[in-house]
Amino acid sequence: MKPLMEVKNLKKYYQISSREGNKKQTLKAVDDVSFNIMKGEILGVVGESGCGKSTLGKTVLRLHEKTEGEVLYGGRDLFSLHHKEMTELRKSIQMVFQDPFSSLNPRKKVSSLIGQPLRIHNAGSPGEINGMIEDIMNEVGINPMYKNRFPHQFSGGQRQRIGIARALALNPEFVVCDEAVSALDVSVQAQILNLLQDLREKHDLTYMFIAHDLAVVEYISTRIVVMYLGKIIEVAEKDELVNNHTHPYTKALFNAFPLTDPHKRAEKKKIVMGDVPSPVNPPAGCHFHPRCPYAKAVCKEQYPPLKEVAPGHMSACWLNE
Amino acid sequence: MDEKKLLSIENINVHFNTRRGVVKAVRDLSLHINKGETLALVGESGCGKSVTAHTINQLIPMPPGVIESGSVMFRDRDLLKLPLKEIQKLRGTQISMIFQEPMTSLNPVFKIGEQLADVFLAHQKMTKKEAHAKAVELLDLVKIPSPEKRAMDYPHQLSGGMRQRVMIAMALASPEPGLMIADEPTTALDVTIQAQILDLLTDLKDKVDMSILLITHDMGVVAETADRVVVMYAGRKVEEGTVFQIFDNPSHPYTLGLLNSLPSNEKYSDSSRLEAIPGNVPDLLSLGEGCPFANRCNYADDSCEKSFPHSTCIEEEHNIWCHKADDVKKTKGPKS
Repeated sequence: MKPLMEVKNLKKYYQISSREGNKKQTLKAVDDVSFNIMKGEILGVVGESGCGKSTLGKTVLRLHEKTEGEVLYGGRDLFSLHHKEMTELRKSIQMVFQDPFSSLNPRKKVSSLIGQPLRIHNAGSPGEINGMIEDIMNEVGINPMYKNRFPHQFSGGQRQRIGIARALALNPEFVVCDEAVSALDVSVQAQILNLLQDLREKHDLTYMFIAHDLAVVEYISTRIVVMYLGKIIEVAEKDELVNNHTHPYTKALFNAFPLTDPHKRAEKKKIVMGDVPSPVNPPAGCHFHPRCPYAKAVCKEQYPPLKEVAPGHMSACWLNE
Repeated sequence: MDEKKLLSIENINVHFNTRRGVVKAVRDLSLHINKGETLALVGESGCGKSVTAHTINQLIPMPPGVIESGSVMFRDRDLLKLPLKEIQKLRGTQISMIFQEPMTSLNPVFKIGEQLADVFLAHQKMTKKEAHAKAVELLDLVKIPSPEKRAMDYPHQLSGGMRQRVMIAMALASPEPGLMIADEPTTALDVTIQAQILDLLTDLKDKVDMSILLITHDMGVVAETADRVVVMYAGRKVEEGTVFQIFDNPSHPYTLGLLNSLPSNEKYSDSSRLEAIPGNVPDLLSLGEGCPFANRCNYADDSCEKSFPHSTCIEEEHNIWCHKADDVKKTKGPKS
């Protein structure tokens, strides 16, 4: 089967001015990342702040321009498309944002917010669009009688539903959810996760689901990518990754995640020390080596290649050699 | 007052008079913290957990806030009746607080060593040199590497986790620490850093003999650190018990719903649908006299709308406030 999206050696660098003098420094937000997304899959992307997961999500949708590399969608490189072709393609690739407060224009009514993508792409006459808006509102669980309300009149969970409605208005194939449930309370978070699952089944959607919450990613994903300082360090099918992760950072992440069972507290866990280094000057060699309890000499010198350790399971660590 | 208890809150009501009406943030709340224990106050946004904490060290802005009734007994004194000067003496010595966002709690234009020394200078008689030495000692206690050097850093030179360590050090800058109120201390931190900070807090609690009031929305953090738990919903206490009672035998429909909606729950291994709690948290402006959870609760009937229930004892130390306690017990099975 051909993948829906192929990301090949994608790089996204930012030039930032350094504190000392006027020398420019390079922040490698996404550094030589390759992966595929198959149709119907939910690819979870997990990592701590500053690991480049959001930048990756935006770059594969060409909301940011790339520095190097390719993003093939249906065999065509997104970055080689002209403005008109890109606009056309945007109908099928959409995004749901994290913050349901700042991602909705406070001065627009809900009907206008959800209708905006429909109007931009001339989806129909004003009457038809009106009908579509009501259908979508029903689908995401907001009563269409509220369509003349403003965003501030809704709770956080309802606003996130509006954000999802906007993303789904044009019947996309592929949706990037960037921390789509992080700002919500757990009881509401569960509602939104269920909604995303239902919509996926109904519309045959493919998600790239970016989150820092391991429990959420583990619950919703079919395959998981772990990132650290701009690099993919491990990727595997969900069950394989959860049960047989090999990279020390993935281990640290699973260990650090608080379990909701006080009886397991006694199993004293090994806590990884130190902080996430700055992505501007990442450590030489493997970026994780200063925090890694298993670091060897080679880890300080060379970045380990992403190698297959089991079918479909890739890990970038010298220990795998 | 009971020997074991460090702090005991009795029947406090906290209201805020706003332009849109009276917000009843905390209603008829009682709780106590024993010496040397970690009490977790858990609930979703707007449930009144931070307001409760701010009532303890009198940080509620008045007006618009009004503490209508009740008492807050701390070491045999009612904090609500103390003059401001006495309260100020307690703050930072016997009752200290750490916040969610350590960057906004530290002064960006002073070195962290100076800020720590200030706490000593404000409350104790000592020279600047002694205070600085004490500050370095504390930085060492909270496991900041090379504390002498770090004391000369400004807050922006430290990472988020390091800043939170400095805040914790500041909370310990007292000869007689009693209660540390930790308001979402790890919410802004990454998980690997969160694990370090939680580990540090548990460690310190044993070393310096203090109690912690841990305010959080994260059930995982509760399970890892708390001794006892109070679950709040829309300003009310709905369940109280030891951490094992709460996680092994959750008995209030809200606590059950909260634990069931966690994606980390073991029963969701096959990606089945989550059992979400329907509806949204109610508007605190329009709460009636009944159980605030009634409109989202599967067990609710008319009686729930009319009055707030009395407590039902499940076992020793484990209480819930629910009219339908028996129905819940019958249907929920042995372990959720």
